[in-house]
Amino acid sequence: MTEATISGAKALIECLGREGVDAIFGYPGGALLPLYDELYDSDIRHILVRHEQCAAHAADGYARATGRVGVCLATSGPGATNLVTGIANAYMDSVPVVAVTGQVPTPMIGNDAFQEADITGITLPITKHNYLLRDVNDLPRVVKEAFFIASTGRPGPVLIDLPKDISTDEIKFKYPDTVNLRGYHPDTVVDTDAVKLAAAAIIASERPIIYAGGGVIIADAAQELLKLAETVMAPVTTTLLGIGAFPESHPLSLGMLGMHGTKYANYAVQESDLLIAIGARFDDRVTGKVDSFAPHAKVIHIDIDPAEIRKNVRVNIPIIGDSRAVLRSLTSYLREMRKKSQAWLAKIARWKQEYPLSYRESDEVIKPQQVVKAIRSVSPDAIIVTEVGQNQMWAAQYFQFENPRTFITSGGLGTMGYGFPAAMGAKVGCPDRTVIDIAGDGSFQMTSQELATVVMNDIAVVVAILNNGNLGMVRQWQELFFDERYSHTNIAGSVDFVKLAEAYGAIGLREESPSGVVSTMSEALTADRAVIIDFVVDPMENVFPMVPAGAAINEILDPGASS
Amino acid sequence: MKHTLAVLVENKPGVLARVSGLFSRRGFNIESLAVGTTEDPDTSRMTIVVRGDDRVLAQVTSQLGKLIDVISVSDLPASESVDRGLALIKVSADSRTRSEIMQIADIFRAKIIDVGSETLIIEVTGDKSKIEAITNMLGRFGIRELVRTGRIAMSRGEKTVNGY
Ligand SMILES: Cc1ncc(C[n+]2csc(CCOP(=O)(O)OP(=O)(O)O)c2C)c(N)n1
Ligand SMILES: [Mg+2]
Repeated sequence: MTEATISGAKALIECLGREGVDAIFGYPGGALLPLYDELYDSDIRHILVRHEQCAAHAADGYARATGRVGVCLATSGPGATNLVTGIANAYMDSVPVVAVTGQVPTPMIGNDAFQEADITGITLPITKHNYLLRDVNDLPRVVKEAFFIASTGRPGPVLIDLPKDISTDEIKFKYPDTVNLRGYHPDTVVDTDAVKLAAAAIIASERPIIYAGGGVIIADAAQELLKLAETVMAPVTTTLLGIGAFPESHPLSLGMLGMHGTKYANYAVQESDLLIAIGARFDDRVTGKVDSFAPHAKVIHIDIDPAEIRKNVRVNIPIIGDSRAVLRSLTSYLREMRKKSQAWLAKIARWKQEYPLSYRESDEVIKPQQVVKAIRSVSPDAIIVTEVGQNQMWAAQYFQFENPRTFITSGGLGTMGYGFPAAMGAKVGCPDRTVIDIAGDGSFQMTSQELATVVMNDIAVVVAILNNGNLGMVRQWQELFFDERYSHTNIAGSVDFVKLAEAYGAIGLREESPSGVVSTMSEALTADRAVIIDFVVDPMENVFPMVPAGAAINEILDPGASS
Repeated sequence: MKHTLAVLVENKPGVLARVSGLFSRRGFNIESLAVGTTEDPDTSRMTIVVRGDDRVLAQVTSQLGKLIDVISVSDLPASESVDRGLALIKVSADSRTRSEIMQIADIFRAKIIDVGSETLIIEVTGDKSKIEAITNMLGRFGIRELVRTGRIAMSRGEKTVNGY
């Protein structure tokens, strides 16, 4: 009896089906011709992007919005190298992405063949793991492992490099049921001794604060976080990536901490006697000058990645594990706890009163913060994606997020141009949700060619450009720290965004008056098509509060605050 | 502070690049690295000597542990382990000096493995200080070439890094 065989390309599509993949973002090329030939007959939705970087960002946005693995595809050489920024972005923010790249045929590897690039070498430092397939018989196992590695433990991107001859070689297909990796055991058991120590420290503390990061969202632990916070009556501040892990309307919420965090979050951290860090990594944008960070606090650090413990700061009680499991266990040891931090909470309430986030409103010119608030008022349940720069910080500060996976932003890498393709990916993953990219005029121009993709694939995202005619965040640093020498940051008049949208067949709107912001935003949302809105905003507006780089997080600039 | 790590890895292409790339991009200092196969053909073993305090050691260990192809990382404290390296030393030797050099080799239990009309090659095995000592002793005859392996190390007694 002879078993039927299939090609490597067909086997790959079969594997993706078994992994439940419903959408792929990609771009074809010579080395991928056999694979694209198979995709022609496949049920999997393939979305043809206009630049491979955006395939990776779209897969990333899809993954962050849905919690499932995002998949992107690019050909060998330049296709693969175009993915690099997107892969690095996913790596920095621990996003589960599987990237498949075409490669020249195995006999030509190493010969500088046409469109050859050593993409496994190039992506070594920016993938959780990667593979160069050299035998078609390894393909099912490798795909199975790739999805497993990408999505478990601390998630991250995994790349599979597929030489052209491997995709045409024949294989007796069998998809493995399990993975067997000697060097990878993502399941952690909660260390109850450490949890008990943490519980005792919490009970003994007088000024506890919870500092929650993206790990809480990845672990689906928002409910558990809420339970812990309410049991302890501890205030909660989040990182940029932790936004959505805790409802910002909750009385215990302090919003975001760090460089552009709220004053009360930063003051509370600095005065706390116990810092409970959950799924966060003490990034320098959070800690400021690290030696002065939370100087009076004992530190409990809960993280799934042992390498994060004590990487940047001293830790008194490390707990390695999945945030959800650890928080459940921790809360169970706190049931009898008496709530006693009244004086602490009263102090925080005073700070909140005294130092609210604020900006000067205007009747003449649109303030970018006003746009963010208007978006919140007309579409409170939207998934908000951002670009990078001031737009990103205003979105983080002023939207008031309530739920996990509703705020999607490039944190670790800070990639301009991320937002639009990520919004596209989020919308493909969550077609019933409203998805809005809060954009900067500079960032949007980095990936605006995806207008073609969203129009041709009916992906109805809204891009709200906070058009300040500037690379605003850089301009802000030049104003504050470089004597107002605005070197190469003015981009006013780059392009007519309305015409640009229309050129691609999308809807373009422009709003220049503060009184029209809400109605223009509502109009965009009723279209159910791709819409670009050019909000012409105050070019001189800055993001405050601000902790200058290298300062302690209670050394805060906030010029407008006293008014 | 120096630390000797025994790292068991998958015997696959590219694993050395993953490990050495990790060290360079995270700024860890490798003093010596040796790789070879083990009793199990699917497993290779690296012996890595790194310099750094306990915090660096903890970072190196946990960052290595994150590599999928790394199976285990064990710290081998000097007091509980033995380590050896090997050196080949090509030293100038003529009829006047040859016997003195051979005597020195003898003291260090080193072997003469090649005799030329003007040179000898000496093979010496030992820990770092022994190899340095013989190198110093031979210096005055004129060392023409010297090559050393990375150090390899093993726990004393019944303890193993593979759990057997
Ligand atoms: C790819 C990339 N290049 C450069 C930067 C540096 N950078 C950070 S913010 C910024 C300005 C962003 O301008 P814009 O998108 O208009 O946003 P704004 O700050 O004006 O809201 C720049 C250049 C970056 N983060 N990413
Ligand atoms: Mg701008």
